Amino acid sequence: MHPALFFIFGGIALAGAINLLVQRAPIYSALSLVAVMGALAVLFLLLGAEFIAFIQIIVYAGAIMVLFVFVIMLLNADVPEPTRRSKVAQAIGYPVMALLLVELAGFFAAAFGATPVRTGGYLVQVAAVGQALFHEFLLPFEVTSVLFLVGVTGAVLLAARREERHGAAPRATRVHAGVPTRAMAEALSVPPNAMGGAVIEPAPQPESEPAHARAQGDGR
Amino acid sequence: MSMPTGIFILISLIKCAIALFVLLTLVAYIQLAERKIVAHIQSRVGPNRVGPYGFLQPAADAIKFILKEEVTPAAAHKLLYLMAPMISVVVALVAISVVPIGGTFHLFGYPTQFQIADINIGLLFLLGVMSLGVYGIVLAGWSSNSKYSFLGSLRGGSQMVSYELALGLALIGPVMIAGSLDLRQIVQAQSHIWYIIPEFVAFCIYLTAAFAETNRIPFDLPEAEGELGAGYHTEYSSMKFAMFFLAEYVNMVTVSCVATLVFLGGWHGPVFGPPQLQLWLPVFWFCLKVGFFLFLYIWVRGTLPRFRYDQLMAFGWKFLVPLALANVLITGVVLSVMK
Repeated sequence: MHPALFFIFGGIALAGAINLLVQRAPIYSALSLVAVMGALAVLFLLLGAEFIAFIQIIVYAGAIMVLFVFVIMLLNADVPEPTRRSKVAQAIGYPVMALLLVELAGFFAAAFGATPVRTGGYLVQVAAVGQALFHEFLLPFEVTSVLFLVGVTGAVLLAARREERHGAAPRATRVHAGVPTRAMAEALSVPPNAMGGAVIEPAPQPESEPAHARAQGDGR
Repeated sequence: MSMPTGIFILISLIKCAIALFVLLTLVAYIQLAERKIVAHIQSRVGPNRVGPYGFLQPAADAIKFILKEEVTPAAAHKLLYLMAPMISVVVALVAISVVPIGGTFHLFGYPTQFQIADINIGLLFLLGVMSLGVYGIVLAGWSSNSKYSFLGSLRGGSQMVSYELALGLALIGPVMIAGSLDLRQIVQAQSHIWYIIPEFVAFCIYLTAAFAETNRIPFDLPEAEGELGAGYHTEYSSMKFAMFFLAEYVNMVTVSCVATLVFLGGWHGPVFGPPQLQLWLPVFWFCLKVGFFLFLYIWVRGTLPRFRYDQLMAFGWKFLVPLALANVLITGVVLSVMK
């Protein structure tokens, strides 16, 4: 039963990954990435890591990919802009990728040899994951979380600074409606107040008039 | 598990069929109850034409839904437009499968539970599946290719992602006390005291976030009919609309079940009498508690006005999330002191 499940969901993960690259519309690429995440969660389950499997779904499929889908929708990234296909990139890219894959395969073969992976029959308890995170790997864990914090702070700072330069929204409005969706949208370079006019609905303030006027043009 | 695989599959299928039947009937009648209760709150009579006291109204509604013409907007993204209501319904129905509603009983001579899937991390499974529900709403709005739908789905998406955080954090307190993510063990840990007493703040946060998570008044901005037509499902008709409707009410049942399991002691209650009664009384207590939450939903709908969108977001991020975090911290400190 377990090998069959492994091949089914491994296959789904691979098919999703290939579909992600092949699809023209970004929204379908994002959704196939969701499918990949789901299939990976099942593979984690097969390895007995229940907790990781569902965290994978909650965090990646349920939160991060939702934000991706959101941004794709807000930018209305429906038709991709064709770029000039670089011959040099193709000539160098494929061989380098092949080399990397061979290297990786060699590394894994050296590290794990031919020992088969055991699927099913054992279960990683949630407490064990906690022990590993907060005892064994406490320092890397905390450092990673600080890294995330820095990233978030930086994004908010960049968004706030650009807003001031554009003079789009006065400080009062921003504090008033300073919600993460807004910061997120602007960090990912949505024009200022593209959401503000209709979605966020800041309290009517005369200063923010120009921004609203511009938002009209950006609506779908 | 000592029972043969065949029997296990058979029992699971029987349980699924019963759960599906009960759930769909329940949803139809919650909807009738909602119309009746809101009518009485507003000094009206409510539906009373179909059958005695309007009791057959859900059947009439169902027939109407099925017979209505299905309209697909010409500019819609067909595949996603079709998938969105399916995602909503499937996600809503899958979530209910890990909810235990009573103790253990015997079927075909094998012990089994009042629960479809008894898994170790039921609560996490529930949160995971519920977090996927947002795709139904977001894709519905986007694929409809209409302004109102799109704005509704953006509101819905950001609202659900925001309140999911408060919802999950509120549940951490009880999980810390119970020391388990298994819904059965959480209920069993409450045999002395229901967690609503030590975790009252978490209960309030959970309840608020649950209303937002299911897009119900006072947080029903995604389908604010005064501004958005009908929000993300504006362009949906007939059974496709009914599927969103169904998903919303099943989600209401699910979050009510979780509130009952985690805060109100699940199926705990006075148990007495002959063995058969002792088996079914816990189920009755569980249903009674869930019924209380469902009534609360309807009551609130008939009573409260709607939030403004920026108020909703500010309330979620600046009040509920910090409060939930503080609650986790305090719970942790108290637990380690008591240890």
